[in-house]
Amino acid sequence: MEKARVDLPPKGGFSFDLCRRNEMLTKKGLQLPGFRKTGTTIVGLIFEDGVILGADTRATEGPIVADKNCEKIHYMAPNIYCCGAGTAADTEAVTDMVSSQLQLHRYATRRESRVITALTLLKSHLFSYQGHVSAALVLGGVDITGPHLHTVYPHGSTDTLPFATMGSGSLAAMAVFESKYKEGLTREDGIQLVGEAICSGIFNDLGSGSNVDVCVITKGKTDYLRNHQLPNPRTYISSRGYSFDRGHTEVLSTKITPLKLKAEVVENDAMEE
Amino acid sequence: MDPDLSAPHSMGTTIIGVTYDGGVVLGADSRTSTGMYVANRASDKITQLTDNVYVCRSGSAADSQILSDYVRYFLNQHTIQLGQPATVKVAANLVRLFSYQNKNMLQTGLIIGGWDKYEGGQIYSVPLGGTVLKQPFTIGGSGSSYLYGFFDQAWKDGMSKDEAEKLVVKAVSLAIARDGASGGVVRTVTINAEGVTRNFYSGNSLPLWHEELEPRNSMLDILLSGASPEPMSI
Repeated sequence: MEKARVDLPPKGGFSFDLCRRNEMLTKKGLQLPGFRKTGTTIVGLIFEDGVILGADTRATEGPIVADKNCEKIHYMAPNIYCCGAGTAADTEAVTDMVSSQLQLHRYATRRESRVITALTLLKSHLFSYQGHVSAALVLGGVDITGPHLHTVYPHGSTDTLPFATMGSGSLAAMAVFESKYKEGLTREDGIQLVGEAICSGIFNDLGSGSNVDVCVITKGKTDYLRNHQLPNPRTYISSRGYSFDRGHTEVLSTKITPLKLKAEVVENDAMEE
Repeated sequence: MDPDLSAPHSMGTTIIGVTYDGGVVLGADSRTSTGMYVANRASDKITQLTDNVYVCRSGSAADSQILSDYVRYFLNQHTIQLGQPATVKVAANLVRLFSYQNKNMLQTGLIIGGWDKYEGGQIYSVPLGGTVLKQPFTIGGSGSSYLYGFFDQAWKDGMSKDEAEKLVVKAVSLAIARDGASGGVVRTVTINAEGVTRNFYSGNSLPLWHEELEPRNSMLDILLSGASPEPMSI
C-alpha cells in the first residue's frame, strides 16, 4: 500500500491558523480577552560577592490587579534565578522550560549550570518566536566563572550589564540605580539599593505595586527573601479587624439538600478494558 | 511622551571600519535603544567572530546577535577543518550568505574587519539585503548619514595605526553629536599581525563640537558642597 503523499511530521511552534478568525471576530465587534501581564518592576545588580535580583509582586489584567502577591523571581537552577516581566504565562512557561532543560543538562554533564547556558537557551527560544513570546527577563546567577547578570528581550536580544532594570517600572528603578549604584557594594547595601529601586517602581508606576521580593545569589548559597519588604499593608478602620459572627446577616430561608452518591465504581473489570 | 518599551531592541548606531597600513580599526558607539528609551548605554557592538576577525553590528539587536552567533559557530568549524585561522574573506562571505538568504526576516547591517596573512587587513561591508563589498573604509548605522562628507574629506590611503584610530574616534564622536540614536562611549578594536587591541573612550573624554556645552555640576552637587551657587551666565 503506497501513500500518494508523504505525511510531514508535525511542525513545532505557534500555529497561526486561528489568527484570521480572530481578526474577523474583532472586525465584527468582539472584544478579545486581555492578556494577564505582570506590569512590573524587575531589577538586578552585581555586588561584591554575587548577584542580587529584585521584583515587585503585582500582576495586572488590564486595569485590574489580578494577583497582589505573585512571584516574579523564577527558579532556573540552584545558582541561577530569573525575574520575568511581560505576559505572565509566557514568562512562567519559558523559565520552566529552560529550567527543565538545564536540569537535564546537569544530569548529562554532571556539572553546575552556567548562566551563559541559560542565556543561550532563552535567547534562541525567544528569537525563533520573533517576539510573539512576550517575555522580558532579568537573568542572574553565580557559576564557576563568577557572577553574571543579563537582560533578555522578547525579540531575543541580550545585554550583559552590572545593573539592569526591566518592565513598566524600569525607568523609575533605573533612575535610582543610575544615581546610587557603585561597584563592589556590600550585601546589606546591595539589598537596600534593590529594595529602593523596586519601591521606586511600586510607588511611581501604576503597573507595579504591593511587595518587594529579593533574591541574593552568592557562590554556593542562594537566599530567596520572599516579601522582603511590605510597604503596602492593608489598613483596617478598626485595629482589631472585622469579625463576622452569626446574626450579622439576616437569614431569610434555609434549605438543606444532602448529596447522594449517584455513581458506583465498578470493581475488578474496570482496568481491563 | 511614553517611551515604547515593547518596541524591538534596535541599535541606532554609528559603526565604522577603516583599513590602515598593516591592519584595520573598527569603531562603534554604545547606545542600544528600545523606542525612545536607552535600554543599554554601554553596549559592545563589536563582536568577535574568530581570533583575527571582528564584526560591527547595527540594526536589530536580536537579529545581529543571532547572526553573529551562527557565523561564529560555523567559522569555528571551518577553522578546525581547515587547520589554520579562517580568512577575513571567508568570514565576510558567511555573513553575506546568512544575510542574503534570510533577507526577508533580518534587519541588520554589518561591517566585518580583520587581518589574515594572505591579504593583510581587510574591511567588508554587508548592509541590509546581503550585498558584500570589500572597501578601504566603510561606515554604517543611522549615525553614518552625518559622516559621508567628513570621510570624503578626511580619509587618505596609507595611514598609520594611530592616525586611523584617531580618525575613527573623531568620526564616531561627530556622529554621536548629531544622531539621537547614537551615544554613550566609543569602543574601538584594532586588528593587525601582532593581534587584537580593544580601546575605550569614555563620553567625557571626547572633544566638544559646535554648540556643545561643557558639562556643569548639577545644582545638587553645588549646594551640597556648601559653596553658594553661581548665577548662570548667558
